[in-house]
Amino acid sequence: MKDLHRLSVTLRQRLLQIIYHAGGGHTGGSLSSVDILIALYFHVMRYRPEDPLWPGRDRFVLSKGHSVEGYYCVLAEAGYFPREELDTYGKFNSRLFGHPTMKTPGVEVPTGALGHGLSVGVGMAIAGKRDGAAYRVYVLMGDGEQAEGSIWEAAMAASHYRLGNLIGIIDYNNLQISGNLDTVMRVAPFAERWTSFGWKVHDVEGNNLDRLMEVFDRLPGDTERPNLVIAHTTKGKGVSFMENNPAWHHRVPTPDEYEKAQAELASALRGGK
Amino acid sequence: MSSAPGKSCRHAFTETLVELAENDASIMAVTSDAKGSVTLGEFEKKLPHQFLELGIAEQNTVGVSAGLARCGKRPFVCGPASFYSARAIEQVKNDVAYANANVKVVGVSGGVSYGALGSTHHSLHDLAFMRAIPNLAVILPCDNAQTRSVTRFLAQHVGPAYMRIGRTPVPDVYAGDFGPFVFGKANQLRDGRDCTIVAAGETVFHAVEAARQLERSGISVRLLDMPTVKPIDVDAIVAAAEETAGIVTVEEHSIHGGLGAAVAEIVVQTRPVPMRLIAFPDEFVPAGSSAELFALYGITGPALADAVREFLRSRATFSI
Repeated sequence: MKDLHRLSVTLRQRLLQIIYHAGGGHTGGSLSSVDILIALYFHVMRYRPEDPLWPGRDRFVLSKGHSVEGYYCVLAEAGYFPREELDTYGKFNSRLFGHPTMKTPGVEVPTGALGHGLSVGVGMAIAGKRDGAAYRVYVLMGDGEQAEGSIWEAAMAASHYRLGNLIGIIDYNNLQISGNLDTVMRVAPFAERWTSFGWKVHDVEGNNLDRLMEVFDRLPGDTERPNLVIAHTTKGKGVSFMENNPAWHHRVPTPDEYEKAQAELASALRGGK
Repeated sequence: MSSAPGKSCRHAFTETLVELAENDASIMAVTSDAKGSVTLGEFEKKLPHQFLELGIAEQNTVGVSAGLARCGKRPFVCGPASFYSARAIEQVKNDVAYANANVKVVGVSGGVSYGALGSTHHSLHDLAFMRAIPNLAVILPCDNAQTRSVTRFLAQHVGPAYMRIGRTPVPDVYAGDFGPFVFGKANQLRDGRDCTIVAAGETVFHAVEAARQLERSGISVRLLDMPTVKPIDVDAIVAAAEETAGIVTVEEHSIHGGLGAAVAEIVVQTRPVPMRLIAFPDEFVPAGSSAELFALYGITGPALADAVREFLRSRATFSI
């Protein structure tokens, strides 16, 4: 098993661990998005954890701020803060809130209220373009989040200003807190909608690290158009009984469920899946 | 002091911003199809690389400004106060204040500047909304000279701030020159012992008129111009409570949560004295120009003077 594939299992173990010990968290979404984060942080993006404000860094914005547990595990693994600090998640006065804040090294903008991240990313991309800087801006959005009107304001501005340095990603697991996307609000079809807003759209298997790395390696194909990666993911990915079940949006495993989930992941590591 | 109407504060703001931006390439003017109403035409012409138009999308406009600030820019995001303080309030709270982004939110045509356009365009709520957000300075300059000074201050101040300015020409309170703006400090325009008037923004001129009239009838008034509504000048308020016989506040804002409330929060917790809050009542206003609405709600020199006399006659009686 390649290192990043192993990492995608160990970070799942770790994020379940911090959710379990904190007694709260967004289990399903963290599991669906963690492969995207691994591809970005350990294959694509340039950054310096020892110098989080290095001006040349690629910017990442977690617009779906509730998927924070996987993000914290990735930031710790990347070296922004000690791995032991993950154990403070959910504890009084921890730097690790239930949504990203400026207290956590590596976080560019506090998110949690949905529909904010892409606008901030557009501002970063405009600044980079006007300054002739080489950095790129990555914004990870939720699929249910696409119902926020402000996203479409930002989408319009991004193509208007030809932000080829901006890459939006949708974690398309097709579930939100109340159920299927189509039941709650028909926000798809994403490809047609984003294309009509002037974006270049790329579909990819969002829990397949090799495919994710390939698609990010190709970007930007067109430097005059913003890029949207539709990552087709599975909510709860990696733990069989959590997959595709909206109940795991922010459910915390019972002790039995926790043991079972960790055993499944440990077996995946051993089996070299 | 001159009573002749000068230019509106928005001109003083944008002229100063052009001067500052010519010498600092990181300063940007960002707007949402409000170039004309903010008077940013000259800025765009001279400094197109530092100007950013985002269309009629205030939420995105504030969010984008936060992103610009994260990349070393000093954005002044400018548009009608009514929209930035309501529609985009979550972006102001999260993307600007919570993020500690170096964004200056400039609400133009504040209060009832838009007059007969109606309450959709009025911002009689903005001080209350903005004051309740931590890490956000709230500033209301009262005339052209002070607007220039506040703008210069904001360009070198690092951190989130909201400035509200009006649309209509205002007479000078400070004859041509205000000097450096001192953040968080009241300006005592005159001293007196019978009562203190605290005013901010475009009501200051009317308070000056009222104080003059009162002086002529033998009532001695301390007048505080309070451009920094947050963080408010606690020392000046406590001194007024201790050294004068009561406090009257006057503002172009709802009676709820604005300047009067900010002053009262200090007074009741330090040195309780009778107060009278002159502000817009809790209602949507009728059609009228801003001058007509000021007159309707008693915000003119003579009406304020009468209100102070009435206050001094019955200081123990509150009527809010």
